[in-house]
Amino acid sequence: MNFFLFGAQLLNGLLDGFYYMLIALGLSLIFSLGGIVNLAHGAFYAIGAYLALVLTPYLSFFGVLIVVPLIVAGLGVVTERLLFTRFYRVDPLYSLLVTFGLAMVIEQGLRWWFGAPPQAYAMPDALKGQVFLGDFVYSRYRLFLIGMAVAAMVGVWLLLNRTSFGRIVRAGIQNPDILGAMGISLRPYLSAVAGIAIGLAGLAGVLMAPIYPIHPAMGAEIVTAAFVVVVIGGLGSFWGVVLAALLVGLVKGFMIAVDQSAMSMAAIYMLMFVVLLLRPRGLMGSRILRFE
Amino acid sequence: MPTRRHLLATSAVLGCLAVFGPLPALAQDTGPITIGHLTPRTGFLGPLGEYAVMAADLAVEEINAAGGIGGRQIELIKEDSVNPQTASTKAERMIERDNVVAIVGEISSASALTIGQTTERAKKVFINTGANSDALRGADCKKHMFHVETQNAMYVNAEGQHLLNEGMVDGKTWYLLTADYAFGHDLLEGAKAFLERNNGSIAGDDLVPTDATDFSSYLLKIRDAKPDVVVTNLAGTQISSFLKQYDEFGLEPPVAGFGFDTALAWAAGPESFRGTWPTVWTHQVDTERSQAFVKAFTDKYGKPPENQAFGDYVAIHILKQAIEAVGTDGEAITAYLEDPSNTFDVMKNRPGYFNPDNHQLMQEVYTITALPADQATSEWDIFITSDPVPAADQEFETLIQDAVGGTCSFGE
Repeated sequence: MNFFLFGAQLLNGLLDGFYYMLIALGLSLIFSLGGIVNLAHGAFYAIGAYLALVLTPYLSFFGVLIVVPLIVAGLGVVTERLLFTRFYRVDPLYSLLVTFGLAMVIEQGLRWWFGAPPQAYAMPDALKGQVFLGDFVYSRYRLFLIGMAVAAMVGVWLLLNRTSFGRIVRAGIQNPDILGAMGISLRPYLSAVAGIAIGLAGLAGVLMAPIYPIHPAMGAEIVTAAFVVVVIGGLGSFWGVVLAALLVGLVKGFMIAVDQSAMSMAAIYMLMFVVLLLRPRGLMGSRILRFE
Repeated sequence: MPTRRHLLATSAVLGCLAVFGPLPALAQDTGPITIGHLTPRTGFLGPLGEYAVMAADLAVEEINAAGGIGGRQIELIKEDSVNPQTASTKAERMIERDNVVAIVGEISSASALTIGQTTERAKKVFINTGANSDALRGADCKKHMFHVETQNAMYVNAEGQHLLNEGMVDGKTWYLLTADYAFGHDLLEGAKAFLERNNGSIAGDDLVPTDATDFSSYLLKIRDAKPDVVVTNLAGTQISSFLKQYDEFGLEPPVAGFGFDTALAWAAGPESFRGTWPTVWTHQVDTERSQAFVKAFTDKYGKPPENQAFGDYVAIHILKQAIEAVGTDGEAITAYLEDPSNTFDVMKNRPGYFNPDNHQLMQEVYTITALPADQATSEWDIFITSDPVPAADQEFETLIQDAVGGTCSFGE
């Protein structure tokens, strides 16, 4: 085996993990705070991509990159207010059903509005081309994408760990009732977190548009892998999600590097299986009383 | 305990049934002719399924507006086939409950097989409009199953001829990327056999899971393997993803493929679409009927039809011709279709007919070649369509030689 290529594959796999992270972070946030399994997360990612398609002629790619996540975040807040809020205190099975339904409604809505055929989105000229690091070639656009993903990651981390907003959210994850007893209403925080999390999905949608065809089922394609990342990482753990995303990318890259590409997706599920056997709460999952 | 009143009521009901019972049967000969349309409308083949549905609707609308089939209107019952199990259940229901004359549609080779098995038991005709696997025309063939969609071997031969002409086979190395399911495996087998016959060799060969969306790892391997040609046997939106990312990573070897749909070229966009690909039909086919179809479709839906639309449109017209000639009986339609002296206008230069040995519609096919982005004349015309293959002086049968997938015996 070509040793250099093998290393390049592992590096590429790691970088690949950052896309999973973008989707999985939001999923994990909503899940941790409200206990909602948001199966519609992928659908918001698709909405982000379609909005990019529609708005780019007016705003250019970089304008869209700012505006679309904000619009999708707004949709997230509305969804939280109208839908999620009714399901915080009931069996998680109900939220699973309602978000599954929402995912289908959105996917079918996109199909109805835009048609099922996949659509092309041209890559912005400024980000075309490749970067050579020695013999390792990488796409300039993907470096940009990873930069954005890291920026989003750092932003979320700072928000959760260095602000009073984050302190309340973290407290809310552990024990919402005590928070209520202290006179702090969690409601606005739940809305804000849903907005941020779903806005991240919208951002991911914009970022993927230049490298994937845009089609109504694109959300369903990505949401399963994102869930696997959240489960491997562990509920309520920020770094767990980051670690799991990179690990998933790495495992996939490794399988392709050793000529077992047919098993590359299956290997991710195997990884989840092994992690759950050894650590049922995920790699870095903390003990959250109300989910035990 | 049954009373006299009960008895009277029962006999009254029975009497009514006896009197009115035959009526629906009578009505069937003047009422609408029901045809089932079953194709994937969700999932990774859903985008193509939508074209299929639009074209089938258009064909039925045109036929009904012109007076139907022998004065009877066509009623089209449309369903999403979803997956092989659901496809079979829905086919069963269409036959038992809706009493369809025939079923038209499908894209997935796996689902086409289960529908074919269901229609075979009921002795109803199934016209496959989108599934390519050679096995469906070989070991898995069915007496009542016909194929408007070209089989993989036809694409391998058409595309292969192009590659031979371009000097991309003899003494050259290929890197193959293949979708990891029946369609891809079948195509891979055909491609490898073709390569071996023509003195080419394999630089690399990967199976791609159907749920993979990222090709960067494969692109790194291809770059390292330095093949002369990259050949894909991918399907659905994966082809568009692959082409966009191939462009993104700036790889240089020419790209070709044995399976394709023009909608995927459009989804890749003029900047990323490249290479030469086989197809059963494009909106650029320059015959009067094709252009009339393109116009009617574009007027109705605001965009031109692609190859899947062609399949379902032509299939409905073929069925109409058969029912007009022999009526709605499944066996009679089968006998009519499989007689090679019955030809069908398939909107190309030469009329088509079904090969009696494997029920494949013998017809001209084409290759499309990407235009440089600055030469594309519209968002749809980002490629040019070749002359028909085979050339006018060659037999259609040259297209199905060297098919893989076993021999067809119709269970006899």
